[in-house]
Amino acid sequence: MSLTQAAKGDMPYQVRSLYRSLLRQSQQFAAYNFREYAKRRTRDAFREHKGDTEERQIQEFMQKGLKELQMLKRQTVISQFYQLDRLVVEGGKTGKQKGDHGGIVRQKDTGWD
Amino acid sequence: MSNIAPSAARQALRVCSRRHPSSSLSRFAPRAATGYHGRSYVTETKPVNATINVDTTIKAEREAFMKETGSKPAHEIMPTTGLGADAMLSPTAGILKQASIIDEGTRPIYLDMQATTPMDPRVVDAMLPYMTGMYGNPHSRTHAYGWEVDKAVEQAREHIASLIGADPKEIIFTSGATESNNMSIKGVANFFMRNGKKKHVITCQTEHKCVLDSCRHLQDDGVEVTYLPVQNNGLVDMAQLEAAIRPDTCLVSIMTVNNEIGVLQPIDEIGKLCRSKKIFFHTDGAQAVGKIPLDVNKSNIDLMSISGHKIYGPKGIGACYVRRRPRVRLDPIISGGGQERGLRSGTLAPSLVIGFGEAARICKEEMAYDSKRIAALSQRLLSGLLSLEHTTLNGDAARHYPGCVNVSFAYVEGESLLMALKDIALSSGSACTSASLEPSYVLRALGSSDESAHSSIRFGIGRFTTEAEIDYVLKAVSERVSFLRELSPLWELVQEGVDLNTIEWSQH
Repeated sequence: MSLTQAAKGDMPYQVRSLYRSLLRQSQQFAAYNFREYAKRRTRDAFREHKGDTEERQIQEFMQKGLKELQMLKRQTVISQFYQLDRLVVEGGKTGKQKGDHGGIVRQKDTGWD
Repeated sequence: MSNIAPSAARQALRVCSRRHPSSSLSRFAPRAATGYHGRSYVTETKPVNATINVDTTIKAEREAFMKETGSKPAHEIMPTTGLGADAMLSPTAGILKQASIIDEGTRPIYLDMQATTPMDPRVVDAMLPYMTGMYGNPHSRTHAYGWEVDKAVEQAREHIASLIGADPKEIIFTSGATESNNMSIKGVANFFMRNGKKKHVITCQTEHKCVLDSCRHLQDDGVEVTYLPVQNNGLVDMAQLEAAIRPDTCLVSIMTVNNEIGVLQPIDEIGKLCRSKKIFFHTDGAQAVGKIPLDVNKSNIDLMSISGHKIYGPKGIGACYVRRRPRVRLDPIISGGGQERGLRSGTLAPSLVIGFGEAARICKEEMAYDSKRIAALSQRLLSGLLSLEHTTLNGDAARHYPGCVNVSFAYVEGESLLMALKDIALSSGSACTSASLEPSYVLRALGSSDESAHSSIRFGIGRFTTEAEIDYVLKAVSERVSFLRELSPLWELVQEGVDLNTIEWSQH
């Protein structure tokens, strides 16, 4: 068994890999609130169990994480199909969008009419 | 003989006609000879013009094609509108005739979690299989389509039961908390009316409209109803409740968490009191289940209404907890095939039930995480709002569900503040009464003045609310409250130190 194979097979590597995939997948939510929640929940869940050492417990969490990842993959696709306008809190933070170069164009200025 | 003459004539004609081409040739001949290039409609033909060069033609065609299809919407201007083509593709563009591109999002922040909550993606994920492939009737016992759905429905029932510490058999699915409330109140009262022994119901002035209206309806049928007043903090006075109980009282209905001010009624004490007097205790737990820990056995609750869409589940589903031991007898409103212990006949909606069950499971699993977070966000919002001058929190500060913050902004009209806060989805009271401009009856029951009730706004915080949203709301509210107050002549008087109650407004 070579060194890389051993590294890939070990648990810490798998956990980190799952963490990264969960975060990357969470980023794909089109809806702001779900995206932020998914990222926050992933981060908090991994931090909460940072110090866990029991092998069996870690295995169980891994299984749960994998299930959540599958769910995220399905739901992010659905979320991208039904995109709505962005929230008022979003645009200012993620940079100005003028509708060119892949930006989203919005027309409705709610609240002033 | 007969055909000789025609053939001769034909011969002659042919000769004549041949003379014409020759004459025309003689007519054109001099032109070619002199090289005259004047006005002409005929060009000389060249063999090159008649052949097609395949390479160049393909190239030209490809260019023409790319010119038509390769253009991006962003670079095209649509005729007659003057809009970019991508603006026409955008979903909201059709709604508006005149459009202006702005550089920030336009969808309001959702801060009305007491009205309804967004469906959790996990709930949607659990529901989708039952909306597509597994479409069986859960009551069908003769085939696999029914069995698989029935199994999932029972699983959902277990999740809901475990959330409130009940037995799965005690959960009756209904269309929502309104139906559960109607079923419990009318059912129990009608059952006791029929048996002619007890005909008194106690409820509270700050209950939800559907409870109050059910009681009003019962009064027409001869049931006596006591509407208990509440204290200034929105809580029911236990001594008053005990005094209101009569020997013929059959039901007490007090909600767990108020939908408008978020106060937590002392249900443990009420349950204990009702159990000792052998009175059934119904509680409307639509705003409480899944948000605060509840146990029907610990609190001695006999009937409880639960709603699906307040716990991040689907709309159109709810449940009613009906205790089996000691058995609660009630007349069903809907009769039919005898589903749900005969209390609520009609085929269940499996996808909704399963979504509801999944939502309950998630609520139980995430309750500690969610309530910690909601409490922190609520603290942040509340401290920010109360740091403005002349703002008060409605309802008790200690016995309070943190996800519901109801604040009065004095000297500002609530509806105009809501209009000014179009970028935040808020409400001044329950969604049922938001169409009318009347002040909230809940706040009036608390003893607040008409002005104070008019100027109150409810902020609902939920699982998906972020810190950035709270900060945005705080900034927006403080800006616009001060703006509206600047407009108000009353505010000027207050700033000058005049007590508004001492002013005698001239009568006209």
